Amino acid sequence: MEHYNMNLTLKVWKQKNRNEKGRFETYQVKNISSEMSFLEMFDVLNEQLIAEGKEPIAFDHDCREGICGMCSMYINGRAHGPWHHTTTCQLHMREYKDGDTIVVEPWRANAFPVIKDLVVDREAFDRIIQAGGYVSVNTGNAVDANAIPIEKHEADESFASAACIGCGACVAACPNASAMLFVSAKVSHLAMLPQGDPERKTRVTNMIQQMDKEGFGSCTNIGACEAECPKGISLENIARLNREYIGSMTAGGSQNSI
Amino acid sequence: MPLNSKIPAGELAEKWEKYKSTCKLVNPANKRQLEVIVIGTGLAGASAAASLGELGYKVKTFCFQDSPRRAHSIAAQGGINAAKNYQNDGDSTYRLFYDTVKGGDYRAREANVYRLASVSANIIDQCVAQGVPFAREYGGLLSNRSFGGTQVQRTFYAAGQTGQQLLIGAYQALERQVALGNVKQYSRHEMLDIVMVEGKARGVIVRNLVTGELERHFGHAVLLCSGGYGNVFYLSTNAMGSNVTAAWKAHKKGAFFGNPCFTQIHPTCIPVSGDHQSKLTLMSESLRNDGRIWVPKKQGDTRKANEIPEEERDYYLERRYPAFGNLVPRDVASRAAKERCDAGYGVGASKQAVYLDYASAIERYGKIEANKQGLANADKATIIALGKDVVKEKYGNLFEMYEKITGENPYEVPMRIYPAVHYTMGGIWVDYELQTTVPGLYALGEANFSDHGANRLGASALMQGLADGYFVIPYTLGNNLADDIRTKAIPTDHPAFVAAENEVRERINRLMSIKGTESVESFHKRLGKIMWDKCGMARNAQGLKEAIEEIKALRKEFWSNVRIPGEINEHNPELDKANRVADFLELGELMCIDALNRNESCGGHFREEYQTEDGEALRQDEGYMYVAAWEYKGESQYELHKEDLIYDVVHPTQRSYK
Repeated sequence: MEHYNMNLTLKVWKQKNRNEKGRFETYQVKNISSEMSFLEMFDVLNEQLIAEGKEPIAFDHDCREGICGMCSMYINGRAHGPWHHTTTCQLHMREYKDGDTIVVEPWRANAFPVIKDLVVDREAFDRIIQAGGYVSVNTGNAVDANAIPIEKHEADESFASAACIGCGACVAACPNASAMLFVSAKVSHLAMLPQGDPERKTRVTNMIQQMDKEGFGSCTNIGACEAECPKGISLENIARLNREYIGSMTAGGSQNSI
Repeated sequence: MPLNSKIPAGELAEKWEKYKSTCKLVNPANKRQLEVIVIGTGLAGASAAASLGELGYKVKTFCFQDSPRRAHSIAAQGGINAAKNYQNDGDSTYRLFYDTVKGGDYRAREANVYRLASVSANIIDQCVAQGVPFAREYGGLLSNRSFGGTQVQRTFYAAGQTGQQLLIGAYQALERQVALGNVKQYSRHEMLDIVMVEGKARGVIVRNLVTGELERHFGHAVLLCSGGYGNVFYLSTNAMGSNVTAAWKAHKKGAFFGNPCFTQIHPTCIPVSGDHQSKLTLMSESLRNDGRIWVPKKQGDTRKANEIPEEERDYYLERRYPAFGNLVPRDVASRAAKERCDAGYGVGASKQAVYLDYASAIERYGKIEANKQGLANADKATIIALGKDVVKEKYGNLFEMYEKITGENPYEVPMRIYPAVHYTMGGIWVDYELQTTVPGLYALGEANFSDHGANRLGASALMQGLADGYFVIPYTLGNNLADDIRTKAIPTDHPAFVAAENEVRERINRLMSIKGTESVESFHKRLGKIMWDKCGMARNAQGLKEAIEEIKALRKEFWSNVRIPGEINEHNPELDKANRVADFLELGELMCIDALNRNESCGGHFREEYQTEDGEALRQDEGYMYVAAWEYKGESQYELHKEDLIYDVVHPTQRSYK
């Protein structure tokens, strides 16, 4: 693969804290290598700002290998940028060419208030899990791991839902700022396993209730969440969530349909 | 002070059972009065906090990330070991214990390792009960794969995201306890000091990373579950925020640091591509199950990998270690890669890389799949296509990640890999109960030194983190807190809290008032280079002595010329980083001192002066069969304490994987 260098214009959201109004600032970066990751390009920019005696841009990031879910930039109108199934930290600069302008914003949703610049508060997701996103099993209570065989297809499906990294891209991408994909992934992960079955009804009810309480919007089946999800969490999870939810409201309802 | 490892008497296999049956207990009413602080929410921290919350203790957790679910355990890829013997291939608790002690090059404590092996099976049971979706076979039972340094298949996995799934399991158990009110969780908080009252750890000073405010929290006990310190090398597979700060503060308050020089260099990482590099990405060891590692037989060969014919390739691991082949332990595989590259056989633009090739695995799997599907005379293209599908199912996410980073398709061309810093076997010294030399202060998971000796086997870190948190600390903490039931919560206006907070505040003020010209990042990079060059994969006395002086000088420069923008009382990631790098600048020196003291090669610690004729690590059991536990005595002053390692069951030999 040919490597090249580029000069770019960046328009980045700056906001001092949750209470003050934000604005876009324009920056120039030079000699960015096509081999850099998007966040390494931000490292270069921040080093440049520090050298100039200016304040660097605050952004969330940690593992830089696409799994912790901490990074969260909205790049040219897309959560985690243009690459399919990719977090911002895995987006690489060979996507861009010399002279490009890139606009970078934080996740925008009422339930994710801005802490500073591109950093937002996603604790609402923790509270949704606290409402029921678990199996109630204390340490030491477990039977032998092979005591309950699980059909491979079911286990694989459950794993596909459990692959959610809780980054919030689904919320950021949704015009309604709905958290349905996140909630449905957790509900599906556990509903598809025998271990999650006993708490199925209460789990889905309580998690949805908490989701509404946090101020996330409603789902209107647009599908932007699925399109932007870095882990390929499918819209089918939302359909499953709806079935689970309706099932939870009817005595002996459709609990067996997955 | 003599080190007391508190290993219970009796036969190796019975020690832990006996301990559990005879340790002191705390009744439920008293547990509700006892407060426990947990620093870090990775596998060790989350599992400990959840289990202690279930027992009824009042727990507080702290993590610097925005949610406990983001702790770096999440990035572990390949799997978790357990002596289940589901494959009927001869595995047992003893064999897992033996492999771990041998893999660690006989520098781990027998009793701890045996306990680890014996609770390993319970971990898998617990995780499955929580809904961790491990990989399964068509019959619905759990699937296993092989990892380095073993000849059985005992590794449980969830594609290449095992750490993520295990951490989400522990995180969910933790959130359940938060909902029940047993645990209070503090995210975006970083521990900056331990508070000592009458010789015991009784609390912490933490900084709220959103507001910059300092907070005081009391605990009858403090658990450090803050991970390893691989980021001292700047470039490593650790997350950007992974740091030594909590452990280092504990060290300065009296906790001895065990074997700081024992670091693991992982053989299969994506090579450095340039100066801009901010971190290195691991390609799971599980890839060595099926991938074959090679370099050209000709030095400086500039042909593309696919143009080099089979007979001109050197599968050097298979050549040197026929018994284990590509599945030798990490330290051995890393050194072998370095040896080939240093000798001029490296590949890629930098020549600091070797190939990890999937072509033959794709063909092998393709043939099996064609047979399964009854395709008697499948052509090569069909076989390759079928084989790619199988490889995709097993390793798809890793292959995708490789392609995103390098822009090359590993299904078509061999991956380029090179060793990178990955894990630290060294850490805070703990006794059998996981208590440090500071009463009331415990260390769990990668933060402690205990179970992996001089080299950790693959898929054993997840095992150890969860063993410590789910199955060890609930017993050992109770055994000690039983004596503390009369201790009332100490108000945080106690002079010890005030003094500790003032100390932290003064240090932050000092950092912010330097107003120099060089960024924190730049200092970190410079430190990393010294460490990698002189205390990395190979070390020698001369280089280590130089490194110690260079680090001292760099530390001085840091404290007079670092530039930290922004304010104290706001979200300020540069200040957070400065706090961490300042501690790395002290730790790095101790690592070099330890490496210089240990005049032998063992596991990941390779002193060039001590090697066999064919370049293998040469231990010096006569003089160095001990854990080096260092006591902090003031800047650049450390006193060595030795814990002799006594092998009652295993007889240390020269490790051989040939």
